[in-house]
Amino acid sequence: MSGSLEVRNLHKDFRLRNGVSFSTLHAVADVSFAVEPGRTVALVGESGSGKSTIARIITKLETPTSGEVLLDGRPAPRHATREYRRQVQMVFQDPFASLNPFHSISHHIERPLRLHHPGLSADQLRSRVVELLERVHLTPGETYLERRPHELSGGQRQRVAIARALAPGARFVVADEPVSMLDVSIRVGVLNLLADLQRAEGLGVLYITHDLATARHFSDEILVMYRGRIVERGPSDEVILNPRHEYTRKLREAAADPDRLGQLRDEVRGEMTGGLA
Amino acid sequence: MTAGASSPTAAARPVLTAREVSITYEVNPPVEAVKDVSLTLERGEILGLAGESGCGKTTLAYGMNRLLKAPAVMRSGQVTFHDASGTDIDVTTLDGEALRRFRWDKVSMVFQGSMNSLNPVMNVRTQLGDVFTTHRPGMSRAERDQRCAELLDLVGVDPRRMSAFPHELSGGMRQRVMIAMALALEPQVMIMDEPTTALDVVVQRGIVRQLMRLRERLGFAVIFITHDLPLLIEISDRIAIMKDGRIVEEATAEEIYRTPQDAYTRQLLASFPSLTGARGGFVRSGSPVEPGPTPAGGQ
Repeated sequence: MSGSLEVRNLHKDFRLRNGVSFSTLHAVADVSFAVEPGRTVALVGESGSGKSTIARIITKLETPTSGEVLLDGRPAPRHATREYRRQVQMVFQDPFASLNPFHSISHHIERPLRLHHPGLSADQLRSRVVELLERVHLTPGETYLERRPHELSGGQRQRVAIARALAPGARFVVADEPVSMLDVSIRVGVLNLLADLQRAEGLGVLYITHDLATARHFSDEILVMYRGRIVERGPSDEVILNPRHEYTRKLREAAADPDRLGQLRDEVRGEMTGGLA
Repeated sequence: MTAGASSPTAAARPVLTAREVSITYEVNPPVEAVKDVSLTLERGEILGLAGESGCGKTTLAYGMNRLLKAPAVMRSGQVTFHDASGTDIDVTTLDGEALRRFRWDKVSMVFQGSMNSLNPVMNVRTQLGDVFTTHRPGMSRAERDQRCAELLDLVGVDPRRMSAFPHELSGGMRQRVMIAMALALEPQVMIMDEPTTALDVVVQRGIVRQLMRLRERLGFAVIFITHDLPLLIEISDRIAIMKDGRIVEEATAEEIYRTPQDAYTRQLLASFPSLTGARGGFVRSGSPVEPGPTPAGGQ
C-alpha cells in the first residue's frame, strides 16, 4: 500500500535468563496493521502488553525478530536512515526526560532542521523554529527560543517535543503515552493540538495509550493488545461500545466511569450481605 | 440539593475535622500552599480530594497527619480528631510520645508512589512486624506473625509471600502490602495519597475494589487523594475540589458529577472525555473547538 506506514507479521522475542536456564518472552507476536496519512490508530493495552516494543520497532530503536516495517509499500531499511527518520518521528512519554536540560528550546528544534534541511541559512532556520513553536501554540515563538526546558511546564515541554517531531517534515508520528505524565486539565489540550496538526497536514499518528476514553475520542481505529497479540481491532466506537473480546471487556470494566457512580459500593455491600447470609 | 458547602446528615459523626487550616512553605518568596481550608471527614465515609499537581492536596493531607517538614509550616488553623471513645484529640498540639502513639494508630497513611516506599533490604514480614513492635510492644513474635499473615490475607496477598523482599513483588502487590501496613492497627482514618496512580488500570481496579470491601468490613474513613476525578466520582461519598490551595467546591459525588457549581469543577470534569458518552470538547468531533484559554501556562 502506498502512502502508508505498515507493519507486517511483526514478532519480537526477548530471551529471559532464569538462573542457568533461558526462556523466551514473546513480547510481540504476529502483529500487522497500517497507519494511513490523516488517520490515527490507537494501540491500547496494559503495561507489558507489547505496545511500546512496537513503537520502538517502528522508530528503529529495536530490531524485530521477524516481520517487516513498510513505508509507502517499500520495506524500511533495517537500521534507521536519515530519510526514514525524516518521515517517521516519535513523541515520548516523559517530557521531563526527553528534552535536554542543558540546551535551549531553539536548539532542540533547530537540530532536526539542520540535519534534515542542511541548506537553510541562519535567518531561515530561526524563522522556521519560530513558526514551528507557534504551530504548537507556543506564542509568541520568539519568547521561547532562549528558554531552557526547566522554565516550561510539562504541557509546554510536550508541545516542544511535538514541534521537534514535526521539524524534519515528518509524515508519521508515533506518540507513546504522550499525555500520561501531564496534568489532567492540559491533556485534552495537547491531544487536540495533535489532532489539529494531523488534520492540517495529513499526519498519520500511532497513538499508544492505556486510557480507553482518549483512545476512543482521539483515534479512528483501535487495536487492543494483550500479551503481545492484537486481540481485537476495529473502528474506535465499535471497539469501546461493543467490545467482543473478553480482554477488551475487562479493560473497559477497569476504566473509571463516573456514570457508574456508587455502583461499586453497592456491589461490595451486596457481596458482604450475600456472604453473611 | 446542590449547595456548594457540605451539609452532613444529622446521623453522621465527624472523625476528623480541619478548621481554617493555612500552610505556608517558608521559602523565598513564601508559598501559601493551603489557604484557609476547612474540611470534615465523617466516620466511615470516603472523601475524595481532587485537584491538579501543585494545588496543595498532598500538603493538606500531611498537615492533617502532622507530617509537615520544614520549610512547610502550619500558620493557623486547627485539626481535631474525634476518637471513637468520645474524646477529642487536638492534633495540632500533639508532640513527642503522644504524637507517636497517635500516628498510625488513629490515622494512617498510604503515601504517593508508595510502591517505592518499602524498604528494599527488609522483607515483608519484618516491615509489617515493625508496626507491631513499635505500637504493640507486648505482642509475642508468634502473635505478630499471625497478625501479619491475617493482614496480607485481608488485602489479597498470599501470606506465603511474607519472606519476600519488595523487588520480588509486583507493583500491585507492593501497593497491597502498603495498604496492609496502613490497616495494621485498625485506624479510624486512612489517608491515601494517589494510591493507585502508578498502577495499571486492571490492577488499580482490583485494589480499589478491595479497599471498598475493607471499608465495609472495618468501617474506617478514607481521604482519597487523586487527580483522577472519574474514579473519585465512582467510589467516593463526598468530593472536595481543590485549586490553588483552596477548596472551591465540596459536595456529594453525585452533585459534583451532575450539577457542578464551580467553573473549575466543570473544567476539570471536561478534561476527562467520557468513555461511553458524547465526545465533549474533542477536536475530532468534526466541529473544531477553539483551543480554549491556552491551558499550557501557569502549571
